[in-house]
Amino acid sequence: MAIWARGLVVIEVARQALEAAIGAGASDAEAYAAEDSGREVRVHGGEVESLTAATRRGIGVRAWIGQRVGYAYGTDLSGAGMSALAERAAEAARVADEDEFAGPPDDQGDRTAVELQLSDPAISQWSTGQLADLTLEIERSALAADARIAGVEQAVYADSAERVAIFSSAGVEGEYSSSSCYGYVQALAAGDEGRETGLGFGLGRGPAALDPVAIGREGAERAAEMIGAGKPQSQSCPVVLDPTVAASFIALVGRGLSAGAVQRGRSPFSELVGKEVASEAFSLYDDGLDPEGFASAPFDGEGVSRRRTPLIEGQALRTFLYDTYTARRAEADSTGNASRSGYRSQPSVSPSNLIVEGGSFGFAELLREAGEGVLITDVAGLHSGVNPVSGVFSVGASGRTIRDGELGEPLREFTIASDLVAMLRAVRAVGTDSRWVPFGGSVRTPSLLIGEMTIAGS
Amino acid sequence: MSELIEAGVAQDVLARALAHGGEFAEVFTERNAGLTMAIDESRIEAVQSGAAEGAGVRVISDGTTYYSHVDGLDPADIERAAEEAAMAMRAGRTEPRPLRAVASTPLPIEMPPAAVPAERKAALLRELDERGRGAGPEITQFTASYAEVRRELSVANSDGLFSGDDRTRVRIGAQAVARRDAVVETGAETLGGHRGFELFGDDPGSIADDAARKALILLDAGPAPAGSMPVVVGGGFGGVLFHEMTGHGLEADHVQKGASVYASKLGEQVAQPLLTAYDDGRMPGEWGSDSIDDEGAPTQKTQVIEAGRLTSFLYDGVTARRDGMASTGNGRRESFRHLPVPRMTNTYIAPGEAEPEAMIAEVERGFYAVSFAGGQVDPATGDFVFGVSEGYLIEGGRVTQPCRGATLIGNCIEALAAIDALGNDFEMKTGICGKAGQRVPVGTGQGHVRIAAMTVGGTEL
Repeated sequence: MAIWARGLVVIEVARQALEAAIGAGASDAEAYAAEDSGREVRVHGGEVESLTAATRRGIGVRAWIGQRVGYAYGTDLSGAGMSALAERAAEAARVADEDEFAGPPDDQGDRTAVELQLSDPAISQWSTGQLADLTLEIERSALAADARIAGVEQAVYADSAERVAIFSSAGVEGEYSSSSCYGYVQALAAGDEGRETGLGFGLGRGPAALDPVAIGREGAERAAEMIGAGKPQSQSCPVVLDPTVAASFIALVGRGLSAGAVQRGRSPFSELVGKEVASEAFSLYDDGLDPEGFASAPFDGEGVSRRRTPLIEGQALRTFLYDTYTARRAEADSTGNASRSGYRSQPSVSPSNLIVEGGSFGFAELLREAGEGVLITDVAGLHSGVNPVSGVFSVGASGRTIRDGELGEPLREFTIASDLVAMLRAVRAVGTDSRWVPFGGSVRTPSLLIGEMTIAGS
Repeated sequence: MSELIEAGVAQDVLARALAHGGEFAEVFTERNAGLTMAIDESRIEAVQSGAAEGAGVRVISDGTTYYSHVDGLDPADIERAAEEAAMAMRAGRTEPRPLRAVASTPLPIEMPPAAVPAERKAALLRELDERGRGAGPEITQFTASYAEVRRELSVANSDGLFSGDDRTRVRIGAQAVARRDAVVETGAETLGGHRGFELFGDDPGSIADDAARKALILLDAGPAPAGSMPVVVGGGFGGVLFHEMTGHGLEADHVQKGASVYASKLGEQVAQPLLTAYDDGRMPGEWGSDSIDDEGAPTQKTQVIEAGRLTSFLYDGVTARRDGMASTGNGRRESFRHLPVPRMTNTYIAPGEAEPEAMIAEVERGFYAVSFAGGQVDPATGDFVFGVSEGYLIEGGRVTQPCRGATLIGNCIEALAAIDALGNDFEMKTGICGKAGQRVPVGTGQGHVRIAAMTVGGTEL
């Protein structure tokens, strides 16, 4: 915060960094500056365990020398610091090999056409005491929700308010502010045969959007319903993925639909544009402008306008997601999907907000439609159990039996296996219970009924 | 370390942090600088140079930790961070003790990577690329990455400790994609250490061979079996199994919250007497080693299991104070932006006496998990899951068919107790461990380990 308080504004910092990069010998350059302040409260056992306040600020510079590109970031915003950073970016470009598709995005014209309200101005008005109370209430409501709840591993609130600016020699110039927060609880339930844990969470632009009672209750219910869980029989059967689980898989699908993975032969969707990749029931789009989406912004990580891009519609794969580099390579247009996780990361193509079109099946109807099968409420080992190239996966899971269209006993310690494309083709019905899930990306999805999946248990 | 923060400034920051009470205050300052690059499609790309500095001020009062961190090392900013951390407290002033500089001995670095020309690092990646692609026409994609980072840090606290460290780590990774018709498989290998560029003096290209070999083997793989069976786990990265299923449950924060299945088991037999295990932050040059931890406590070799009996948990300062123990030097943090929490360093099962071949020969029908893509455990329940990156069937005491898409799944209490043979081989591997939103370098190690029964999750019913 301090540096801006001394009279600098974020777009000015970006402008100065850009000038330094051109001075260091770059033929083209782009500077991205960001500052943010954030708070985090962790609660355990009715006490505040930790209270963190943070300010971050820094710049990242992409420098092109001809068709070579390099990147450097830093936190030293003094004149000398920026010169050194610009030198490092130019040096990095000299080490890189030439790439005929490298280059900054062309000027995209007016970036202010879209008015997005991405900030809750009230976020900074909440005192740390109020935030602590909110977090304590999450914990209390988890403990009160069910007699079998033995404790809470942790209840957490965290927020961030950031200001971002980008400035490039190719005429890109823009800035915006956004804020976000989340709360979650990991509840512990005790049964005769050991403990179970359950996660409850909520997210919003500001703390007023969080419902602490609902977050606590969700964690408690998810933990308590797992008490007495056993292993299912190994079988092949219909499977219902709840929204948190569906979102984890959709995030993996989104990775495979990013042109970077496709062009380098590392996506199960490489050859499938225009082909059938999903059932009638399933539609997916990427929307970088959804006002509720955490990845929403007027422009992407290299200043190209965010937009809505249909990905899977009418069973067919419509397009991949592109940033400037992958678009040039494919002779396509950028879909505004250059993403960054702050000034320390150079832009690369990835989804913004992935949204699965809601269906018509209430949750009970979805279970009835499944008949005999398994509801999956949690998956583990996604980073190790999925082959990102082939899409084949086998991941750990827990959930509930579905018998006669109704929920039965809890299940744990089993795996579900399939591959991503086969799974999308087997989507038989889509629920009405859409929600935002922030695991591994920003995804909004309802529950999905998959016609058939392999379950390995006892 | 004195160049990160002067003793006088540190003393002043600690006084401000305790201006409204608190039992303990600490100021952590850091400067880091790193370089990463990759080779993909035989082209050097993603060359990135990063530098950051910043400070974090921590105050502990009545069991609550107040933390405030800032980017940059301007004393005025650090003092403001101290005031921000102290803001929520209302008690009278506490006086920090005068600082005494404690010398630490950073791990020796022979060839500081920052002094090695970037072209040599690019040349190393080109060598990996050539080796990987040279493994055969079925290798259709090959990527490799290089990373170096230097972290200079200093810690000053209200107990009077003033210490610091200077850490350099390097790591390379290789990933190969093999394709035969519609079958696509991947293989990966890494090499890293708390070392300088000298780590790459001895045939670093072998990791490219290994990555390619793994991908090619899997082209001939059949579906993985599903069901419960004996599992032999390979040495080296097989140690991630112990790291995940037991190590995390020994971290004292999980234990003290009752969120560890090992919470009530100190002194009890948790494994068969053949098993002894350590967490050792002092192994020379290892990826998970440091001279001191991120609270200034010297790292140490901690025996966690002795002949099957649980002997110690892993402590940082906060959890140690709570248990009336000394820190075991496991207070680690990703950077000045994070609070220290108990973390493993290099964790391993000590080698046993069995010949690995004999361990396999005793299995009639089972699974041989040579290496993992990663794993995950819920410390509270002990449930874990691991993705097998290289695995084979064991049939009639012999390693036969390679398998794709296998997962190991189980509960750590049962699985640890079911270890019935340990090999006389031993190897350490590098990993990046995530916990509480922080990623830190950890070493995992073991020789061959046999688990009498475990669920293998595959597609072959």
